[in-house]
Amino acid sequence: MFLLDHLWIILALPLAGAAINGLFGKRWPKSAVNSVAVGAVSLAFLAVAELVREFVRLRPDQIPYFKNYFPWMTAGPLHVDFALQVDQLSIVMLLTVSFVGMLIHIYSTGYMAHEGGYYRFFSYLNLFMFFMLTLVLAANVVVMFVGWEGVGLCSYLLIGFWFLKQSAINAGKKAFIVTRIGDFGFTVGILLLFWTFRSVDFGTIFAKAATWPAESMTQVGTLTIICLLLFTGAIGKSAQLPLYVWLPDAMEGPTPVSALIHAATMVTAGVYMVARMNPLFSRAPIAMLAVAIVGALTAFYSATIGLVQTDIKKVLAYSTVSQLGYMFLACGVGAYAAGVFHLMTHAFFKGLLFLAAGSVIHAMGGEQDMLKMGGLRKKIPVTYWTMFIATLAIAGIPGFAGFFSKDEILNAAGSGPHANVWLWGLGLVAAGLTSFYMFRLIFLTFFGQPRFDEHKVHVHESPRNMTVPLIILAILSTAGGWFAAPHLMRGTDCFESFLHPVFATYAPEHPVGQEESLSGAAASELEPGPGMELLHAVTGPPVIVGILGLLLAWWFYIKRPEVPKRLAQSLRGPYTLLLNKYYVDEIYLALIVRPLLWISTNVLWHVMDERVIDGTVNGAAMVAREAGGQVRELQSGNARSYATWVVFGAVGFTVLMLALWMVR
Amino acid sequence: MSLPFILFFAFAAIAVASALLLIVAREPIHSALSLVLVMISLAALYLLLGAEFIAAVQIIVYAGAIMVLFVFVIMLLNAGTEERTNWSSIAKYAGVPLAIFLLLELAHWMARAGPGVGIANGVGRDSNTAVSTRALSELLFEKYLFPFEATSILILIAVLGALVLAKRDE
Amino acid sequence: MSGVPIPYYLVLSAILFGMGAVAVVFKRNIITIFMAIELMLNAVNLAFVAFARAWNQLDGLVFVFFVIVVAAAEAAVGLAIVITIVQNRQTLNVERVNLLKL
Repeated sequence: MFLLDHLWIILALPLAGAAINGLFGKRWPKSAVNSVAVGAVSLAFLAVAELVREFVRLRPDQIPYFKNYFPWMTAGPLHVDFALQVDQLSIVMLLTVSFVGMLIHIYSTGYMAHEGGYYRFFSYLNLFMFFMLTLVLAANVVVMFVGWEGVGLCSYLLIGFWFLKQSAINAGKKAFIVTRIGDFGFTVGILLLFWTFRSVDFGTIFAKAATWPAESMTQVGTLTIICLLLFTGAIGKSAQLPLYVWLPDAMEGPTPVSALIHAATMVTAGVYMVARMNPLFSRAPIAMLAVAIVGALTAFYSATIGLVQTDIKKVLAYSTVSQLGYMFLACGVGAYAAGVFHLMTHAFFKGLLFLAAGSVIHAMGGEQDMLKMGGLRKKIPVTYWTMFIATLAIAGIPGFAGFFSKDEILNAAGSGPHANVWLWGLGLVAAGLTSFYMFRLIFLTFFGQPRFDEHKVHVHESPRNMTVPLIILAILSTAGGWFAAPHLMRGTDCFESFLHPVFATYAPEHPVGQEESLSGAAASELEPGPGMELLHAVTGPPVIVGILGLLLAWWFYIKRPEVPKRLAQSLRGPYTLLLNKYYVDEIYLALIVRPLLWISTNVLWHVMDERVIDGTVNGAAMVAREAGGQVRELQSGNARSYATWVVFGAVGFTVLMLALWMVR
Repeated sequence: MSLPFILFFAFAAIAVASALLLIVAREPIHSALSLVLVMISLAALYLLLGAEFIAAVQIIVYAGAIMVLFVFVIMLLNAGTEERTNWSSIAKYAGVPLAIFLLLELAHWMARAGPGVGIANGVGRDSNTAVSTRALSELLFEKYLFPFEATSILILIAVLGALVLAKRDE
Repeated sequence: MSGVPIPYYLVLSAILFGMGAVAVVFKRNIITIFMAIELMLNAVNLAFVAFARAWNQLDGLVFVFFVIVVAAAEAAVGLAIVITIVQNRQTLNVERVNLLKL
């Protein structure tokens, strides 16, 4: 059990890559930097593969496999060790993160080939992998937080990679500060967690929480507060309402960064955290409802914004926010496995979408505005076909990965134990909108006549180190969902059953049915034959809205391209509202940023810093100087003064002596 | 009221009165002469205390040599009435009260202190407690030999110093 | 025959000492101040002699002897300094001799 006992290797590899590239890479040729960076993350992936091989041979009672490396902090009752653990959830996340990460590293060698600061990019990227893997492998909430903060740092560094560009710097700052707000809630949550359970280890906490009764919908207990606080961290990190504003701006970073960090991995950390904490969430129904509501609302809201955006990356950004909403919706209705499933498939198709968009941008020589594209289908076929496949996946077209995961989520929202028709409705509408705007993206970019000057822009397909990852991800976007397929044929959902122990070990006793796999809920209905279930799934509402979206987009952008413009004219108000993202950034600026700046300048700076602190320090100096000035005048040179002082001293001394003599 | 008491109070009164005169006098020469008077009365008090040798030394050295030196210097420098400047503010306001306080305080405690049994007999005590010059000189040249020799060097230095300081530049 | 109790001599010594202190603070002529210091020394001498009598030890008298000797030396040097001051500053007012300052 080599790798299981030496989990740290998985972490050390990218860290070493980051260090080597960061310290020495500046003068190395690109090939050397590549070898180190791509090699590090590839070796990490191979390590993960080997880990999986060892993991499947473990007995159930050995899971989660726990490894304590060294005691990190000890302060009174607080014991935090640097400990790592592996269970089924970790395996899923590890595989996703390391594989997609490896593909994106390879892609970046092509995309960033002409950029300055090459070594720095890969150093940061490797560092990000290190932190993300730490987050996934953590066995206690503090080590997880280390990873949490670390990925935030790398996100900031990478968004602002082109640090000479003012908008990039601002975006990086915005990302960091907005997520910080969420992280504050997360930190308070950790504190409350420790205070309640006297431990930060997942195992200990979950075991203790298992003995607690579930809290009811009317009572806000400690568990609810903890879960809500932790969830605010997830709101920030995973860009949900209201802290999503940083993600669209984060598109200032290079496209591989958007793919890796802001689609596949970092933003999913919030979902992972909620899934990991499922024993706590399952016992706090109010928190679960909050998660579900936030997820559903965000999914819908963000989809509406994506309808009218013209920057290709911004559309994908809002799409990411929306899909993350789906994942939280899943967790909020208790379908944790579905949420994680969608996380994995989303990593595939969203990562692919971003990488393909990068390929398009690369082909267009840097252009990102879809209105200036068009007709690229024949010119960059690989990019087109892979992106098309990813769009089919995200729209939930049957057969592709997104269909299975989205279907499961909406099923759980519609008819699971925590079902809620409003949430289901929001999710359904959002699915339709998603399909629409994604196909709109495809049609605007690849179909129609070129809306650019073909003499100025030489459209060319990307090199192989960029297209091969695209192809691999396309395969995964198709086949990645087939784990769940047997379920539709009355078999077992392999993914679901694999993850089952993670979500069932500490599940609370529920008076209203058990929250197990969705197959249980579906089976309690009529007893259709195997084929009927498949047909039922394939013709269900999610698929219908998906196809509707496709058709509508086709109508709008291929058949009758003048319709969008006319619609925008006639619905001027809503259109402008959507185009300006509901003016949320402006609202935040006015309500929060400006007052804070005013307070900082006028109160904290002028009053506190200048008057109080400087005043005290300068005042102390002034007091010393004045006192010195006064004392200086004692030295008058006048002998009579001196004589008087001598007499004064003599008087004092004799009084003192006599007093002492008296006391004795 | 026996003789020693009368003598004591008489000479004490003279001493205090002369000291007062020293403070009050306008001319320094008057102060000098009152100081001489103080010393003479103190010499008498020493006699009352049975320290004949010391009384003699007081008259000869202190009153006879040192005060004469003072008077010579006053006359040499033609020291007249001193001008009434009062530039030191602390001396003006706090000096005299402080000094008077010191006086009273010391006097108060001295009155309480001291061995009550040590009664000075003055003239006519028994010879067992004789303060003979011989005994004094034995003490001086045996126990306090080193300070004695040191003071002789001190006097030498003083003479040299005075010479150097007061020499007129030729 | 009863003698004068020692505390009487000590009180007198204290009074003379205090008056000397008053004079030091009060007077302005250097020579007068010097003389007041001599008065203080004399007062202390009286106290020594009184104590010598009180404890029947001759050490007090020896000390008085030394005080007188040192006072003599001090007077000699001090008056020489006074003469120098007068030669330089043409004044005997101690407040005018105020160069002892920064």
